[in-house]
Amino acid sequence: MDTAVPARRSGSAEFIRRHPTIVIGGLLLILITLAAIFAPWLARDPIAFEPINRLKPPGSEFWLGTDSLGRDIFARMVYGARISLIVGLSVAVIAITCGSVIGLLAGYFNRVDIVVMRLMDGIMAIPSILLAIALVALLGSSVTVVIIAISIPEVPRVTRLVRAVVLSVRDLPFVEAARSNGTRVGKLLRRHILPSTIAPLIVQATYICASAILTEAGLSFLGAGTPPEIPTWGNMIAGNRLYLQIAPWTIFAPGICLALVVLAVNLLGDGLRDRLDPRISRGM
Amino acid sequence: MLSYIIRRLLGVIPVMLVVGIFVFSLLHLAPGDPAAIIAGDNATPENIAKIRQSLGLDRPLLEQFTSWGWATLRGDLGVSMFSNIPVTTLIQQRMGPTVSLAITTLIVAVSIAVTLGVLAAWKAGSLLDRAVMGLAVTGFSVPVFVVGYIMVYYIALQWRWLPVQGYKELSEGFWPWLRHLILPSFALGLAYVALIARITRASMLEVLAEDYIRTASAKGVATVPMLLRHALKNAAVPIITVIGIGIALLISGVVITESVFNIPGIGRLVVDAIARSDYPIIQGSMIVFAGVYVLINLAIDISYCFFDPRIRYS
Repeated sequence: MDTAVPARRSGSAEFIRRHPTIVIGGLLLILITLAAIFAPWLARDPIAFEPINRLKPPGSEFWLGTDSLGRDIFARMVYGARISLIVGLSVAVIAITCGSVIGLLAGYFNRVDIVVMRLMDGIMAIPSILLAIALVALLGSSVTVVIIAISIPEVPRVTRLVRAVVLSVRDLPFVEAARSNGTRVGKLLRRHILPSTIAPLIVQATYICASAILTEAGLSFLGAGTPPEIPTWGNMIAGNRLYLQIAPWTIFAPGICLALVVLAVNLLGDGLRDRLDPRISRGM
Repeated sequence: MLSYIIRRLLGVIPVMLVVGIFVFSLLHLAPGDPAAIIAGDNATPENIAKIRQSLGLDRPLLEQFTSWGWATLRGDLGVSMFSNIPVTTLIQQRMGPTVSLAITTLIVAVSIAVTLGVLAAWKAGSLLDRAVMGLAVTGFSVPVFVVGYIMVYYIALQWRWLPVQGYKELSEGFWPWLRHLILPSFALGLAYVALIARITRASMLEVLAEDYIRTASAKGVATVPMLLRHALKNAAVPIITVIGIGIALLISGVVITESVFNIPGIGRLVVDAIARSDYPIIQGSMIVFAGVYVLINLAIDISYCFFDPRIRYS
């Protein structure tokens, strides 16, 4: 582990050598985020359609070709990045916030623990995509509903993680000392216990972000996500599936872009994990 | 051991109760009248009243829940709003393709993943190891429908090796059945391979560092028996745990895969139900899939008794 590392040479070259995944993932994400922010300057109108330009293959006029209605694939992809990034980020923030609060309380108060953990086991048993489908079917499809629907199944994972950390630190001397000094419970949790959860939570946040982007695309693909008139990667793939044979670029371009973004987030997460907390592994 | 099994069996009750409460209350959490939601946009007031009565929505909430819960326990998941066929019957009709897909995927994914994971751990740090770990991160990042369409485009449409989509019953012959499942199970299995290969590698690395492995190789045990009998068997518990947890991943993937390859399974049933707002079908399939997930993980927990006797005492 880190203790065995000799005195660290500083400098960015050394950082790149030691954490290539953080650098590659981070750069890729910055690039895509910038493209999403400056979409109106980078690309033409993603909604406007010209039937005369139907299913044009990639070329100099349309970089990535056009779809069955003659809409520019590149423009739709750049605008689609906005939805993916917003959903990924929002779900990560919501799930981490709710999960941490619940996890802190469950880990610290034994009475809360039993009830809350049974509840979390129950939520984890429901397949997340079906839960999201049910919520979207009931509440109607909108970006907000999609964000909430994807956040709920992620909460138990965060809760478990935070709870485990709390259980491992709550009887350590530094917490004991604060408690015997008469620190109130709220402050104890916030000031003395919460900091131990930060490193694993940062790593978990990236994994949640990646899985949220995938789920959003999956829901849109199934017709239970973002409304079809909004350009998202999932909607693009769903809308062009009939043209796979004659215009594969209409599906491959958003598909590869989606995979790249998720890969970037996952690489960032893996790199952060190695750097911040080598003990946690994914999937648990 | 018996008391451990009984304890685990009893543990299923609160989990399924929470699932039940959750699925039941979803309909009531939504703003507006549940009967109106089920009836859809073009419903007449008589229609809505009929639905309200047939579902017992005019009775007190607790009474509704208990009668719904008993019906669910007896296997009555309500009636489809669209076709008026009982949801249980619909799910039974669609079970064959879904179970076939899930089983072939499990076999494909577990055998590939464990092999890759063992090889990566054995040659830790080598090019092979890095390739496997790279595949693992990538496999986690590429969605089922993207791999699916890329495979369909090249393998089915361009090279014409395998059928593009659809499903053949096992009764129509083993080969036609398998041919239709090869592409879907590889597409669906990719993420699962990634998950299991990673854990297999990590778990194997831990075991390979143990003293008894050194003893075994010092005694002259050949590499393959050493890796399989001495190492893999002792690395099995975390691997099997992840296979169980990954069932959730598999179930979500099944729903999407069935849409990509036009397989008439439970996933298609659910997706068709979205467009028709056929809520009882969505509700019923949530219960069924959650039940399957809980039962598989129960079976896995109990199987630990055989893999690792220490577990039953804790």
